Amino acid sequence: MTAASSNGALDEEIPLLTRKDFVSDQEVRWCPGCGDYSILAQMQKTLPGLRIPREEIVFVSGIGCSSRFPYYVNTYGFHTIHGRAPAIATGLKTARPELTVFVITGDGDGLSIGGNHLMHLLRRNVDVTVVLFNNRIYGLTKGQYSPTSPIGKVTKSAPMGTTENPLDPIKLALAAGATFVARSVDRDTKHLESTLATAAQHKGAAFVEVFQNCNIYNDGAFASFADKDVRQDRMVYLENGKPLRYGKHLEHGIRLNGFQPEVVENPMSDGELLVHDTSREDIALPMILSGMDYPDFPVPLGVFRQVERETYDGLVQDQIDVSRLSPEPDIEALIAGPETWNVL
Amino acid sequence: MTTEIESPLSEATTTRDRVTIRFAGDSGDGMQLTGTQFTRTTAVYGNDLATLPDYPAEIRAPTGSLPGVSGFQLSFSSNDIHTPGDNPDALVAMNPAALKTNLGDLVPGGLLIVDEGEFNATNLRKAGYEENPLEDGSLSSYRLMRIDITKNNADALDGLELGAKERFRSRNFYALGLVLWLFSRPMDTVVRWATDKFKRNPVVLEANLRALRAGNAFGETSELVHERYEVPPAEVAPGVYRHISGNEATALGFVTASHLAGLPLFYASYPITPASDVLHELASFKRFGVKTMQAEDEISAVCAAIGASYAGQMALTGTSGPGLALKSEGLNLAVMAELPLVILDVQRAGPSTGMPTKTEQADLLQAMYGRNGDSPVAIIAPSTPGDCFWMAIEAFRIALKYMVPVIILSDGYLANGSQPWLIPQLADIPPVEWSHADPGSASHAYERDPETLARAWAVPGQAGFEHRVGGLEKSYETGDINYEPGNHHKMTLTRAERVAKVANDIPDIEVTGPQQGDLLLLGWGGTYGAITSAGERARSEGKSVASAHIRHLNPFPSNLGEILSRYDKVLVPELNNGQLSVLVRSQFLVDAIPFNKIAGQPFKITEICGKIDEVLGVGGPFEFEF
Repeated sequence: MTAASSNGALDEEIPLLTRKDFVSDQEVRWCPGCGDYSILAQMQKTLPGLRIPREEIVFVSGIGCSSRFPYYVNTYGFHTIHGRAPAIATGLKTARPELTVFVITGDGDGLSIGGNHLMHLLRRNVDVTVVLFNNRIYGLTKGQYSPTSPIGKVTKSAPMGTTENPLDPIKLALAAGATFVARSVDRDTKHLESTLATAAQHKGAAFVEVFQNCNIYNDGAFASFADKDVRQDRMVYLENGKPLRYGKHLEHGIRLNGFQPEVVENPMSDGELLVHDTSREDIALPMILSGMDYPDFPVPLGVFRQVERETYDGLVQDQIDVSRLSPEPDIEALIAGPETWNVL
Repeated sequence: MTTEIESPLSEATTTRDRVTIRFAGDSGDGMQLTGTQFTRTTAVYGNDLATLPDYPAEIRAPTGSLPGVSGFQLSFSSNDIHTPGDNPDALVAMNPAALKTNLGDLVPGGLLIVDEGEFNATNLRKAGYEENPLEDGSLSSYRLMRIDITKNNADALDGLELGAKERFRSRNFYALGLVLWLFSRPMDTVVRWATDKFKRNPVVLEANLRALRAGNAFGETSELVHERYEVPPAEVAPGVYRHISGNEATALGFVTASHLAGLPLFYASYPITPASDVLHELASFKRFGVKTMQAEDEISAVCAAIGASYAGQMALTGTSGPGLALKSEGLNLAVMAELPLVILDVQRAGPSTGMPTKTEQADLLQAMYGRNGDSPVAIIAPSTPGDCFWMAIEAFRIALKYMVPVIILSDGYLANGSQPWLIPQLADIPPVEWSHADPGSASHAYERDPETLARAWAVPGQAGFEHRVGGLEKSYETGDINYEPGNHHKMTLTRAERVAKVANDIPDIEVTGPQQGDLLLLGWGGTYGAITSAGERARSEGKSVASAHIRHLNPFPSNLGEILSRYDKVLVPELNNGQLSVLVRSQFLVDAIPFNKIAGQPFKITEICGKIDEVLGVGGPFEFEF
């Protein structure tokens, strides 16, 4: 995202804001203990660092627990309709490319009812940041399975377990051509804050999946690998240009055998390990990484892909600007059309 | 190429005050182009005119088949006319299928031009003819002109480096050249157009111009033609005119509204017949700051427009009936968030996919009621192709002033039909006024204008107006989420009252004909021409019949109820199964008589006249002849 404000003010002229400046006067109404609180807090910590005036930031959301988010951030906010936030954000950003736009969505909102819009926002590379809260459950409607719930998951709407294969948000984003794809988790607040900041600064469509615990309807969905005491052994933090190492003492590594990742115990050197590269045009590597899941593999967190490409809103604006370089547009000539006749 | 005759100028020229002609051929024969070019020439010549393109939904139905026939009807006159004519006086049939599907409409004794070169065994079979109608005497009641257009045209193109297919494709220019001669029209308008259109393809240009001139010369030199026709220019209001279709006028109206408002226009749309041309037109207006987005679906289109409205710009989406259905939820968000939004619905025959290229006006109740909750929006409808320009501006004027969604109900007949249009002066067009939240008068985004009840249009970038808005019910005072019973009651009434207040801001409806009497014809939308003409005809026969046409459908003009009370009977002709009649009956307790045609075709004047006679008790029960 661009850091300059619409009136071209330099960063130094923007007053320093703090986290408190981004806290709205609305009472937060998520269930106590919900992972959403952490995401809200990290976002409010991230925003001052962008050096963008509050009034030039817009949070757009759909429907669901996560989509209440805009009410709690003291910027412009639009709590729209189920699944449509990406479409509304596309119109908003295309009309006013100078604004900084965030889309807040969930696994149901963004991948089920709004899957089409999300896919097209990403392929168009609209310069917005999409944060998808993935709790693998429908919370606001009280506990039905979602498109990311694992097959066999027992819920109110699937008393014998779901019979549907889950969708991987990372794979969807990569396949749709997203230029920035990352994953974080609610309970690793430091990683979450830095991931949100990196995403917000990306020029183009930035997609961040956040594993988010729903302590009411899907408590512990990520506990087996994301809990603090097991995290280091069961998740791997992706860093561009670095070999994939994890574990308390970095005693585990990942190497590639053809297209197949393999866990290496006590690797002799970095040379035998897979070195992460976020800048590749092709999506083969991040796709392979996204296939790693607990318990066979550590779950990858961090930036899967980060490449530069022209943005949709920028290209649309460029066409307008180029068209306006030609002779002064004459609305009266346009109305009159190419052929007229005079009746006396 | 042609038969030598002694005196090429021996044929008589008959002056007529009105002629209706129909071009019909295979959908690959270029009949729409032929009709459009004849129309342009006729418009520049100074006739009043109205057109009715009628084409199949299939891009290329099987060649020579009955469903593949494409037609273009045009009526032109030296008087003021309102419709493309009930029945053609002249028919050009480029193949047997075109003859079969159109002959029934030709007036007895009418001029019938056929390309006899296409009346071969294969094409006759495809059209379901057992005998060649050119040979069996079945066409004896028409003035038949059999011309081997295909062969004559191929001869004219001799020596050009063109394949047989390309030669065949230019025969519509041959037919056009002939018809231009027949109706005493010059060729220069077509020549100018073609020269520009085919400037990158000189061989095709040469072929088309040769074909045009050959057809014209054939008329002049062949002894087949015994009569030419002249329709003198119409006596119309002085001024500079152009030829315009409804969709062109709509797009021009939107960009003009944007220019007048000094606010950028954002148009998001998903391609759909018959609205796509508006997207094509607006996409070419980038130099006027117009941004267009071809959305991934209808829902995205309305939502992107809502995003642009939230951003503080002129937001527009366009579609046809099936798309309006998909936009319902988005529309309701605009209702709830109180954002200005214009939705263009170019109606077509439904339900479901229906008949995409055929006209109908059956989306009125969908526009009025097709959303969850009590969800009023403003609804307006243009009455002629040229009126589309004015109603496009009117839609934005209302949307921006009252912070409401406005639906424009155009239709396929208006969209594709065309007419000569008096070009307005920019200075004569009323301004389109708007304002974003004014820190001087509003302290927050939900502060209302006491006159219009419109809330302040606070947009991103305005410091001090940061607010959260959405589809949840909100407090009348603050705009914060609010579920209190009394507040929801009040907000529902406020949303209704805001739309009702638009009635203070629209003109009274005017009556054509007697100000009181036996019968009022009440219509809306694209039926204006047929209804007005039927009223004129009834009055010329001494009947006490008036007509009134509604352009503002929600709210209605303030004087409508009073007007309705002045007539013994109210007849409501509509191209649907009774929609305006339902609204009028419920709102005014008037025993309005519905008169419904749901055939995908516009009303004929004679149909409305037949119903008038039935209602007045001077004729038998009226029945359609389809």
